[in-house]
Amino acid sequence: MEPHKRTVAVVIPAFNEEKAIRSVVEDVISSVHAQGVDAHIIVINDGSSDNTAMAVGSLPCTLLNLPFNLGIGAAVQLGFRYAQKLGCNTAVQVDGDGQHPAREIGRLLEPVLNDSADVVIGSRFLVKGGSRSTLVRRVGIRYFNALVGLLIGRRVTDSTSGFRALNRRALEVCAWEYPDQYPEPEAIISFAKRKLRVAEVSVRMNDRQSGRSSINTFAGFVYMIKVSLAVCIAVLRTHQEG
Amino acid sequence: MDSIVPLRIQIVSIFGSVLFLAVIGRLILKGKLREEYAIVWIFATAVLLLLSIWRNGLEVLAAVLGVYYAPSLLFLVALFAVTAFLVHLSVVASTLQRQNKILAQELALLRDEMQKMNNTR
Repeated sequence: MEPHKRTVAVVIPAFNEEKAIRSVVEDVISSVHAQGVDAHIIVINDGSSDNTAMAVGSLPCTLLNLPFNLGIGAAVQLGFRYAQKLGCNTAVQVDGDGQHPAREIGRLLEPVLNDSADVVIGSRFLVKGGSRSTLVRRVGIRYFNALVGLLIGRRVTDSTSGFRALNRRALEVCAWEYPDQYPEPEAIISFAKRKLRVAEVSVRMNDRQSGRSSINTFAGFVYMIKVSLAVCIAVLRTHQEG
Repeated sequence: MDSIVPLRIQIVSIFGSVLFLAVIGRLILKGKLREEYAIVWIFATAVLLLLSIWRNGLEVLAAVLGVYYAPSLLFLVALFAVTAFLVHLSVVASTLQRQNKILAQELALLRDEMQKMNNTR
């Protein structure tokens, strides 16, 4: 099972997801198999204090254990770096809480595989239906869509979605530099700055199976200010290429 | 010009400065304080010591800079120095955090490699 350029790395970050992670990985395995995608699944246990690592246990995937909690961005970045090490030219990010539908991986990958986009974001707001989160969150997401859209000069409908597919160029960008926390809106800016083609496809997301969101209501306000600042800094920063 | 600083407080401040310097020196010798940070503290203590010994110093400096109330000059300088040092510490903390992240990621990668080697053996 030597991975090569056609192999897609599926990066799954998990922090205290002992209840959901096993079914998420199993779901991804059966889905990619059904869709004929040659995938290497990489689960990143981001310093969980529960039995996330045990839950993944014997499944046919790579499990990377971080020694302590770094934040989802740093966990995902590790997955991307590992994907690069494997020699994968394409990666998909799927959250470990079961919100992202594995059955849509094929559709997410399509624009990347036929080279019509460098980055594909699974958006729950392109069409109606499915889990669309709570009202407060939708307002927050709309705000980020507007901010990111304004800064990159084109419409984005789900800037906070972490359900994404990346080609080799986008993978390089993320493996080189990726924000530790709340990375999604900021990453879109750095894609746009490097002239990568960002596309969105409509997906229906599930309700989370268990665990808590990395963003609770109490921290929501801090989150919005922090990400707004980070996004603006990302625009201003003259990037150091690696 | 008569000094506004009474002798008693002068003795106390000289003693305080020397004691602080001794604490810094001890921390360096025990390896608990890196020299690059110690320099800042030694410099700050030296300034305090100088002002403690040179009783009219603060008055003279305030007059030169046109500061009407001399102690406010001390507060201004001290506040600025503390703020500057805090910014410096934030920069240090940011650097450490970034390096810490890379270390943790590398550790996870190495653990994986080690496990693979153990499995193939």
